[in-house]
Amino acid sequence: MKILVPLKRVPDPELKTKIADGPNGPKIDLSNASWVVNPFDEYAVETALRLVENADDGSRDGEIIVLTLGPEDAAQQLRTALAMGADRAIRIDTADTDIDSHTVVAALMKVVADESPDLVLLGKQAVDNDSNQVAQMLAGKLSQPQATFAASIECVDDGKALVVGREVDAGVEYKKVPLPAVVSVDLRIVAPKSVINHITPDDHEYSDGPRYASLKGIMKAKKKPMDVKALGDLGIESAPRVVEQAVELPTQRAAGQIVDSVDTLVDKLHNEAKVI
Amino acid sequence: MGNVLAFCENSGSELRSSSLACLSAANQIAGHGGGDVVALLVGKGAGEAAAAAAKYAKKVVVVDDDRLEHYLAETYAPVIAKIAGEQGASCIVATANAVGKDSIARVAALVDAGMASDITEVLGANTFKRPIYAGNAFSTVEVSGDLICVTARQSAFDAAAELGAAGETITAEAGDLDACGAEFVRVESQKSDRPDLNDADIVVSGGRGMREGENFKVLEKLADLLGAAMGASRAATDAGMVPADWQVGQTGKIVAPNLYIAVAISGAIQHLAGMKGSKTIVAINKDPEAPIFQVADYGLVAKWEDALPALTEAIAKIKAAG
Repeated sequence: MKILVPLKRVPDPELKTKIADGPNGPKIDLSNASWVVNPFDEYAVETALRLVENADDGSRDGEIIVLTLGPEDAAQQLRTALAMGADRAIRIDTADTDIDSHTVVAALMKVVADESPDLVLLGKQAVDNDSNQVAQMLAGKLSQPQATFAASIECVDDGKALVVGREVDAGVEYKKVPLPAVVSVDLRIVAPKSVINHITPDDHEYSDGPRYASLKGIMKAKKKPMDVKALGDLGIESAPRVVEQAVELPTQRAAGQIVDSVDTLVDKLHNEAKVI
Repeated sequence: MGNVLAFCENSGSELRSSSLACLSAANQIAGHGGGDVVALLVGKGAGEAAAAAAKYAKKVVVVDDDRLEHYLAETYAPVIAKIAGEQGASCIVATANAVGKDSIARVAALVDAGMASDITEVLGANTFKRPIYAGNAFSTVEVSGDLICVTARQSAFDAAAELGAAGETITAEAGDLDACGAEFVRVESQKSDRPDLNDADIVVSGGRGMREGENFKVLEKLADLLGAAMGASRAATDAGMVPADWQVGQTGKIVAPNLYIAVAISGAIQHLAGMKGSKTIVAINKDPEAPIFQVADYGLVAKWEDALPALTEAIAKIKAAG
């Protein structure tokens, strides 16, 4: 199975979001950002590895290509994915901002046309813009089936199709998609038994979460191929449909009060807030 | 400006409450742009809800087709795109729930439109406010093009009000449908008599500190007394204590009830992103340093084992007194 994993670098979500004044109004302050692989995309890399490997004997049947749109520094996040075990990387040179989902999808279309992956696997959303659009848009443009918010994946029909457990509002919906397809992953895809490829023994339990890169993996990653292309080389101009005009911080909640007992709490809820 | 197509979902002859938020956002967008709101119902048996939808929109389009029995983005998206064209829409709106998020971005690709996801405010016919960075910032975005796509956060829009007179209903053909080989297999859900987490008036949520699923029974007792929905933090759902669809947070459900009671939840920013729009927040946690206290209106530093039975009993007394 040949899998393309598009990933995005995002400012570390554990750190405080800051805003700075810019020439066109306030913007998110990225000047001292500590960049990491978008957590959902990191889960997609882990999922791709679980789909192609035999965790028992370490063998592989497939290829994993990771891709990002970003500046030169974004190569670091691609190296992180290569160190986890991806085979090669493509970086499409762009700025971090001023590209929207439309531009990202246009670039991915070109790469898919060149590489013909069986599966495009990515995070359901990037935790900076929280848009949750790219997988669906790419699948729509490619006229391919899509399975978004995947919490489990099982390879079926001799690896020609996937049954994907999708987290929906009312529970989990199981959907079968033939390959080639586009799948976006949710949090629980990295649970110990979420991915069944029928190559790794079905009862194998992975450790929870994405794997860490081993020292050996980090050394090997330095030698793995990384192709760099300009957006223009793909015949794409960035003409965003969605333009950010301003950014603001949310209004802070008024300071609350600490109550000393259950009785005080119930009294306040009943007589002050009048919610019970 | 053209019309605003509101993609609604039904349950039998009723509109889903989530769709009232979508209709409300659509009304606001049409208010800026000048077009009419057209409600769209899609699916096998969708026609049953036509009368319900006609209470809220001047025009209702029904695509009732056996081939649309189960929701699939692959078949629904082309139908939505087709009707948008037929109805002269300049904007397509849906609620940012599982179906809305899955379908509308695919529609945007089919009609080559720009899209604003999960908007919380309508500032103009194509200008919206939306949360970014897990709700730690808000972005004002302008979407260009003759046709744009939007999903609206349910908790940010009041339910649409009924119009005085019922709207007109027309039926439309689904046209050629190609599922691209995708098949619906099944849905696994836990039946519950509690209100839907997305639009419950009160939510009782538990976190990692509950330690195991069995302990949630104490919270469920309180929830049932209050007529509340059950929620949980990611830590609790990931640990398998409770079903995943209870998760409240950046990537789970975004809720804004009148009362949110967070028990044994520390308050990671991803969880706060899902509940800090609640009107009154109560936090019960044994750790006085827990970040949840920074957003709570009322905080009680206590072990849940001690606080919950007393709380439930005290509330039961108030309920009994009427």
